[in-house]
Amino acid sequence: MLVLVVITALAFDFTNGFHDTGNAMATSIATGALGPRTAVAISGALNFVGAFLSLAVAATIASGLVNTGKVTLTVVAAGLAGGIIWNLVTWLFGIPSSSSHALIGGVIGATMAAAGGSAVLWHGLVSKVIIPAALSPVIAGLVAALGTWLLYRISRSLTAGARGHGFRIGQIGSACMVSLAHGTNDAQKTMGVITLALIANGTLAKGSNAPVWVIVCCALAISLGTYIGGWRVIRTLGKGLVEIEAPQGMAAESASAAIILLSSNFGYSLSTTHVATGSIIGSGLGKRGAEVRWNVAGRMATAWLFTLPSAALVGAGAYALAASVGHTFGVIVVLVVLAALAGYIFYRSRGNKVDHNNVNAEWTGTVAPADAPAETAAA
Amino acid sequence: MSWINLGALWKIVVFGIIAGAGLPALFAAGLYSLSQGPRTARVAGADGGGDSDVLIGGSVIGMVLAAIAFLIILAAIGWGIYEIYQIGHPAPAKK
Repeated sequence: MLVLVVITALAFDFTNGFHDTGNAMATSIATGALGPRTAVAISGALNFVGAFLSLAVAATIASGLVNTGKVTLTVVAAGLAGGIIWNLVTWLFGIPSSSSHALIGGVIGATMAAAGGSAVLWHGLVSKVIIPAALSPVIAGLVAALGTWLLYRISRSLTAGARGHGFRIGQIGSACMVSLAHGTNDAQKTMGVITLALIANGTLAKGSNAPVWVIVCCALAISLGTYIGGWRVIRTLGKGLVEIEAPQGMAAESASAAIILLSSNFGYSLSTTHVATGSIIGSGLGKRGAEVRWNVAGRMATAWLFTLPSAALVGAGAYALAASVGHTFGVIVVLVVLAALAGYIFYRSRGNKVDHNNVNAEWTGTVAPADAPAETAAA
Repeated sequence: MSWINLGALWKIVVFGIIAGAGLPALFAAGLYSLSQGPRTARVAGADGGGDSDVLIGGSVIGMVLAAIAFLIILAAIGWGIYEIYQIGHPAPAKK
């Protein structure tokens, strides 16, 4: 049972990695600073390192959100199923939604289904998750807008080619920092959940930190996921929101990295996705004449609002299913359903493939480039 | 316990601006000083200022200033990572 839960958690971590590659690398890939394959390889490696850097966020997830006394392994498994399903669905549509909220939503939904609303620590949820979620994109956007403005101002005497070259080098550095930051924040979430499972199982005492083997496994899973690369999300972020130039990319990434690292420090499990999106929009606002595609941004924001409750619903549903069948066997049933859904989603995604070959194709209003059969256009 | 930790919020905003906008600005300043000087700051570009332009050191002072700027950035990043490591590994079983 415990083994099943840990595997599911690592599967979530994997989807988390490939869903979020875009946050770090979308702008570098869009401006040509890094080749798509190099970008995901570097990002994967740095995610691995970042996972070891800080454990503050894991502590929030493991003990700050739900009453650990009420959590059983079934709850954790159902919560994870909710998170994975939501991640895969948003990935199919190329929407950079928050993997963190998917996970937290799933766990909370399953906890409520199992033990009622009183088992959720609402204060921790609001002060450490919801409020940071609302504020962080705004702060990141402001910092990125300011940075973009400064960069263009200082470098305006340089020729366009020289400026592009210089900032592309800078962008590699800032993108690496975002990947590192992603490891310090997102890899932590899965560690937190596995720790939660270990506490639920009685393996660990309440309030423990994540053990080393958990850290290593999570770091591996997230960097593998990152390396596989979520090309669909990369495309939306890099091409869909704003047409990005190298200085904007660098400003956006620096802002994201700074905000994420600082927040990780305070144990805020904020969404790297929200921060990166805020920054990219900010970099569009900071440059005169740049166009921000607000309809794409609006669609994302809608997805953000839905992420917590939808993942909670799926989590609660998964728990109900597991509980009605009986615990250990129930979890297996949930996992089989999950695997079937994942397979279906991968099958759907083949219809309009986005990979490292066409990730930078001209934005035509849909995730799938124009030369691919436009299946998501109707969706 | 309050809903918003204002102490953390202002730190995130202030350090976010310093690191997130200040460091890239310093990088831009470094590029700028690289481009200054008597030697024309471009090697390529038969088209005279096209996309193939690459920055080279225009003058000694410019290069030194640029090097200082880039070193400050690297130092700031290194220090930041060190701090995060320190804060992120508290003594176990507290909070």
